[in-house]
Amino acid sequence: MDYVVEMLNIRKEFPGIVANDNITLQLKKGEIHALLGENGAGKSTLMNVLFGLYQPEKGEIKVKGKTVKITSPNIANDLGIGMVHQHFMLVDTFTVTENIVLGLEPKKGLNIDMKKAEKDVQEISDRYGLKVDPKAKIADISVGMQQRVEILKTLYRGAEMLIFDEPTAVLTPQEIKELTQIFRTLIKEGKSIILITHKLKEIIEVCDRVTVIRKGVGIETLDVEGTTPTQLASLMVGREVLFKTDKKPAVPKDTVLEISKLNVKDSRGVDAVRNLDLTVRSGEIVGIAGVDGNGQSELIEAITGLKKIQSGSVKLNGKEISKYKTRKITEAGVGHIPQDRHKHGLVLDFPIGDNMVLQTYYSKPYSKYSVLNNKEINKQAKKLIQEFDVRTPSETTPARALSGGNQQKAIIGREVDRDPDLLIAAQPTRGLDVGAIEFIHKRLIEQRDNGKAVLLISFELEEILNVSDRIAVIYEGNIIAIVDPKETTEQELGLLMAGSKKKVGAE
Amino acid sequence: MFERFSRFQKILIPLISVVLGLIVGAIIMLVSGFNPIQGYAALLKGSLGESFYIGETIRQITPYIFAGLAVAFAFRTGLFNIGVEGQLLVGWVASVWVGLAFDLPKIIHLPMAILAGALAGALWAFIPGILKARLRVHEVIVTIMMNYIALHFCNYLIRFVISDEQNTTDRVPESASLKSPFFETLTEFSTMHYGIFLALAAVIIYYIILERTTTGFELRSVGFNQNASEYAGMNVNRNIVLSMLISGAFAGLGGAMEGLGTFGYGFIHGAFSGVGFDGIAVALLGGNVALGIVFAAALFGILKQGALIMPLESGVPTELVEIVIAIIIFFVASSYIIAYLLQRLKKGAK
Repeated sequence: MDYVVEMLNIRKEFPGIVANDNITLQLKKGEIHALLGENGAGKSTLMNVLFGLYQPEKGEIKVKGKTVKITSPNIANDLGIGMVHQHFMLVDTFTVTENIVLGLEPKKGLNIDMKKAEKDVQEISDRYGLKVDPKAKIADISVGMQQRVEILKTLYRGAEMLIFDEPTAVLTPQEIKELTQIFRTLIKEGKSIILITHKLKEIIEVCDRVTVIRKGVGIETLDVEGTTPTQLASLMVGREVLFKTDKKPAVPKDTVLEISKLNVKDSRGVDAVRNLDLTVRSGEIVGIAGVDGNGQSELIEAITGLKKIQSGSVKLNGKEISKYKTRKITEAGVGHIPQDRHKHGLVLDFPIGDNMVLQTYYSKPYSKYSVLNNKEINKQAKKLIQEFDVRTPSETTPARALSGGNQQKAIIGREVDRDPDLLIAAQPTRGLDVGAIEFIHKRLIEQRDNGKAVLLISFELEEILNVSDRIAVIYEGNIIAIVDPKETTEQELGLLMAGSKKKVGAE
Repeated sequence: MFERFSRFQKILIPLISVVLGLIVGAIIMLVSGFNPIQGYAALLKGSLGESFYIGETIRQITPYIFAGLAVAFAFRTGLFNIGVEGQLLVGWVASVWVGLAFDLPKIIHLPMAILAGALAGALWAFIPGILKARLRVHEVIVTIMMNYIALHFCNYLIRFVISDEQNTTDRVPESASLKSPFFETLTEFSTMHYGIFLALAAVIIYYIILERTTTGFELRSVGFNQNASEYAGMNVNRNIVLSMLISGAFAGLGGAMEGLGTFGYGFIHGAFSGVGFDGIAVALLGGNVALGIVFAAALFGILKQGALIMPLESGVPTELVEIVIAIIIFFVASSYIIAYLLQRLKKGAK
């Protein structure tokens, strides 16, 4: 057997939840091994067990054939296990070298031997083709570079097995390509890699083998060669997954949202939305396609009353709402799935149940004469948890303890359940796995079929093309084209989004 | 890691802290040549040993409860009210002033005087509240400074407005007094007064406002996450001001208890009374929950009251109690250490 790391029948429990149950993962020397699973399936928990952050209740860990007990990350480091976290652990004001040697500084008398450190860092960087400048400050380098510093950190500590936790989530397509190259170099130099991900494409592209876990249980380990994305997706989710969401043609009726000549400034006082016109009718999904930072956020904030408008009008069902406060707009029939679920969508320290009534707590039946009715609140929460398949130990669990996908489902449940005439969905599937994405798309289309208007904002063209009935392209705060998703292509949209081609709407 | 601390731990950590504090206190007594058993026996006797001492201890607990509630209320809604001391002082003076200025039947006069205390405290806290809401000035800075303004402003009022250039005001008339002849005879003429009932009522009100009403829901929500609260249609600025108003009212009531009950008059303070600052410790030890604050205030009352008798009975200096309190607070504040030790213990048992 030529396994460098073996995790055998690992079980890890948290109060009320079994996060890992009987999972086995064996890493061969010199392979890239994917760990695939939905959000909340227990991938990160398993890796934290390997990295010494959690102690398993059952199971055995072997490194190079020897049984070991990893009780802290230091021990993991000593065993040659390095982890590149999704959220980087770097000191912004330090240089690359300072960050890398932190805790292991080479000394010269009482001083740190920076010269030697820099030389060492440069050497490792060259060897693995990382192209990192040892003297640069972390604050001044790109996210992709910062990730390489994290990789360097593990290599400097002599890591032979590297764990990457969703490394591509924060990278641009170009950086992803470069990272793939780095993976290859690492393997060539004799390292082994575990890649935590839920992106199927990546697995097919770079990995040798894949271990699938579902709801905390190890399902299967198989060779990547010969598998298809569909097969992996169904293994991960536990049923057939449709990549293309099925939907009937839209039957748009009355205008629900009518925006005309809207102008909004961003927080720095710069014009973000300029003379924007847009209508959304009941029974249709209008997708807003655009590169991030072209006024999408300000547009949503203006509609929902979170930002003052400079001029123009926003009408909901024919009534002017641009002067309304957020609460009145919500009551008038606007639902809003916010772009940043942690910042806007949830009070993370509140129980998930209280989060389910975040906009309705003051109305009957959740309260009467200003006194909260916890029984009704919990009843509602239980209903939504069931209906929207929110996986949580109970309705009193803090929202913080849920996985991203389940938090998002809770928000969507809350917004959809209020049955708003207009549902604004901003990046509703960001960071979610295929199962959750499919679920959320279905729900959006269901709202449309129930005769509601849906406004979808997304940076992912695939999502826009898949779900929308009409696509409005936003560029520099203006809708520069309206296209039919059935007649357009990613290329055309890409060009429009870059502002290079004008097209008169197909309205 | 699903919850930072389990409910069990939340109760256990303050308890262990208290025990550790007492143990360290005992060690210090030993090292400095005192008998810790004698010392603590004296402490207990001085706080709970006789009906007189029990009366004094309860009287001591009363303002601690109010100060603890004031700090905790602000804290639960995301604000640090370090100005409880100042709010307490203005509440004290305002209640005494109303007590002296009017001549009314008790059924109107006493509630009016108490209310004046609450109102004054609320008003004093309103200033940092509105500055935070409108201009984002940090409330810690403003409340600290407001303490000094309160101290000297109150001294000015007492010397030049309420009294005739005296160091103390007149006693408030019986119609505005919380003094309780019943309790006094029951406890061999201690200064125990009716304030403890008001304090316990305040605890219930604290719980109801914060946990059971829509207002409390909003206040807590704003305390945790302003962005999400705004998204949900809550008025963040209004809630910040409201939180400070309620917090200040609790503090002002604490002052009224001193003014109308314990002392029955106002006097020039050379320095802060310290009750408001102790309120921070009470809130911390009580975990900012209603019942916890009652227990924490009781402990502080017992320690402080018992400390007065300790030197007479056992020779242990009063300051030792301050050390014990400091150590308790140290352990509560470093609760992560205790949680870690508990975890290790659990694992060891397995």
